[in-house]
Amino acid sequence: MFNKFAIYLSENPTLRYWIIRPEWVAVILLIISIIASIQLSPFFADLAFIMDSATPYVEYGLIAIILTLIIISGEIDLSIASMIALTAVIFGTVYNAGFGMPLSVFIALISGVLCGLFNGILVTKLKIPSIILTIGTLTLYRGIAQSLASDFSLGGYPSWFIGIDYRYVGIIPIPVIIFTVFALIVGFILSSTIYGKQLYLIGTNPITAKYSGIKVDRIKLLLFTLSGLISGVAGVLTTSRLAVARFNMATGAELEIVLMVMLGGTYIFGGRGNIFGTFIAFWIVVILRAGLNVARIKIESQLTILGAMLIIAIILTNYIYAKSQK
Amino acid sequence: MNFFDRFLRIRELGIFSIIVVLVIIASIIDPRFLTIDSWRAVFLAIPLILVMAMGQMMVIICRHVDISIGSTLAFSAIVIGLVFIHYPGISLWLSLIITSVVGLIMGLINGFIVTRFNVHSIIVTLGTLSLYRGLVFIVSGGRQIDRNDIPEHIVLFSQTSFLFSIPAILIFSAIIVIITHLLMRHSVLGREIYATGSNPVAAHLKGINVTKVTLFCFGVCGMLAGIAGLFYASRFGYVNPGVTGVGIEFIVIAGVIIGGTSITGGSGSVLGTFLGILLLGIINVALPVLNIPGEFQKAIYGLIIVVALALDQLIIYRMKKLSVSSNV
Repeated sequence: MFNKFAIYLSENPTLRYWIIRPEWVAVILLIISIIASIQLSPFFADLAFIMDSATPYVEYGLIAIILTLIIISGEIDLSIASMIALTAVIFGTVYNAGFGMPLSVFIALISGVLCGLFNGILVTKLKIPSIILTIGTLTLYRGIAQSLASDFSLGGYPSWFIGIDYRYVGIIPIPVIIFTVFALIVGFILSSTIYGKQLYLIGTNPITAKYSGIKVDRIKLLLFTLSGLISGVAGVLTTSRLAVARFNMATGAELEIVLMVMLGGTYIFGGRGNIFGTFIAFWIVVILRAGLNVARIKIESQLTILGAMLIIAIILTNYIYAKSQK
Repeated sequence: MNFFDRFLRIRELGIFSIIVVLVIIASIIDPRFLTIDSWRAVFLAIPLILVMAMGQMMVIICRHVDISIGSTLAFSAIVIGLVFIHYPGISLWLSLIITSVVGLIMGLINGFIVTRFNVHSIIVTLGTLSLYRGLVFIVSGGRQIDRNDIPEHIVLFSQTSFLFSIPAILIFSAIIVIITHLLMRHSVLGREIYATGSNPVAAHLKGINVTKVTLFCFGVCGMLAGIAGLFYASRFGYVNPGVTGVGIEFIVIAGVIIGGTSITGGSGSVLGTFLGILLLGIINVALPVLNIPGEFQKAIYGLIIVVALALDQLIIYRMKKLSVSSNV
């Protein structure tokens, strides 16, 4: 029966296109993790609780959406977590130096843009492989944050600034709304505009893309800059949520951000993937983390599960793409 | 070919001259830098990183990167620490074997996933970096291995010496470095690693078993990280699940890349890697001498990685130009 189905699929390319897709892995995983979490604790099935647990991950989710674009274009940015810390520390330093709130936010975002631009210029002009370059800038940006803030927590913000995760519309916290709107906008750009199509072409074959008149380097530069800008936004959001900025915040966040992108079925070698997958994967991470927390599994031990999921996600995605190419 | 081009061709010379300049500057600012004590500090700081760098260098020459070594180190250190708690009389050699086997297994897991499923090693090892770190917490139950738990003869391993008052740990890592050099330069397997790194497809067509070579590199890298775990327990006298080995992978990668190992694979030398690690050790000791706060260390290491990557790329461009002009 399975064989018949496989033959039927191979005769119907459209159906096949819709069924053999890595996003379905994410959807299935989401359903499994919801069921498992409800089994673990009866208190889990509470929408308000899930929404509340989602807010700390919104900062990662925002970056995961930009990272999806970067990976589709065949590059990767691993310095994101360090950029969160650096922009947050710069924000804290500038604000404590007596600049007003709007100016501090502006400077934090600009510093994020500069970090991203630095990555982008080195990748596009010097052609350093982005995966290793951003390992270097990961150390560099975290180091600059440490040099700036030392071991101090930079606090002292006005009360209206603190606690964006406690502002709600109905039961939905504001960060979740920001994330959803951002995902919708970027998803629309990626799926329905010429810029999205250009990204896929760059990821599939950069040389063809170049000869088709696409400004490959300029688009990649823009993507890296965007990644810096959004990391800056995430840095300010994190500072608002925690009420302090420290050099070691978001340590190890690159795992969760890359996990969100990989679980969403984005192909690590570029050219495939979409925002819908990343959006679903964001909720997988949220529900997994919340479920493990209510099951009272230590935060550090949860790393094992997240790490294993990252590896399984890559293997599965590669497998599905290999199948769908036949 | 002018002097500059010839200079660029010998990568080790470049890094050596940077070391010389740094030492001269540091000793002009503070003559105490040239005393035997500060050099002792330099050479006691590097064995751990040097041993790990040998494995990492082989992996990078083979066109891969292993960023899980910090967690591998922590896991093997925790395992050997638990062994110490239950069998305090265990000999140094047996603990060495245990740590290397633990490390070897973890390295082979990385290598297996990379070769079998053909995914980028950095993403795989980013996953195992967290996976192994989680295992450290699960195995240890979050408890630190204290100074009292580690037997006296293991601690003495890094503090006493049997030759010219050079600490035993340093002699031991020197032996590992020399073995790696012999392996890379004077054995068939070593040449196969270089061949695999410069062009995996050609290496395969030449009859080299690329999968086996890659597995070997990852296995050795994990094994040396495991041995470094024993060194850590001996040198620092404690193993903390949340602190041990965190971020050490970036220092190791920094040392290897500064040492002239090309990130695109196929080139690099043991001498260069040694000089790269030595430079990092000297910077580590020279910072207080130069009145630079310790917080800047990470930023300086990061800057060094980025500059080394950029230089590497510029040198590749220049070499390409040279080869074109010499053909004409």
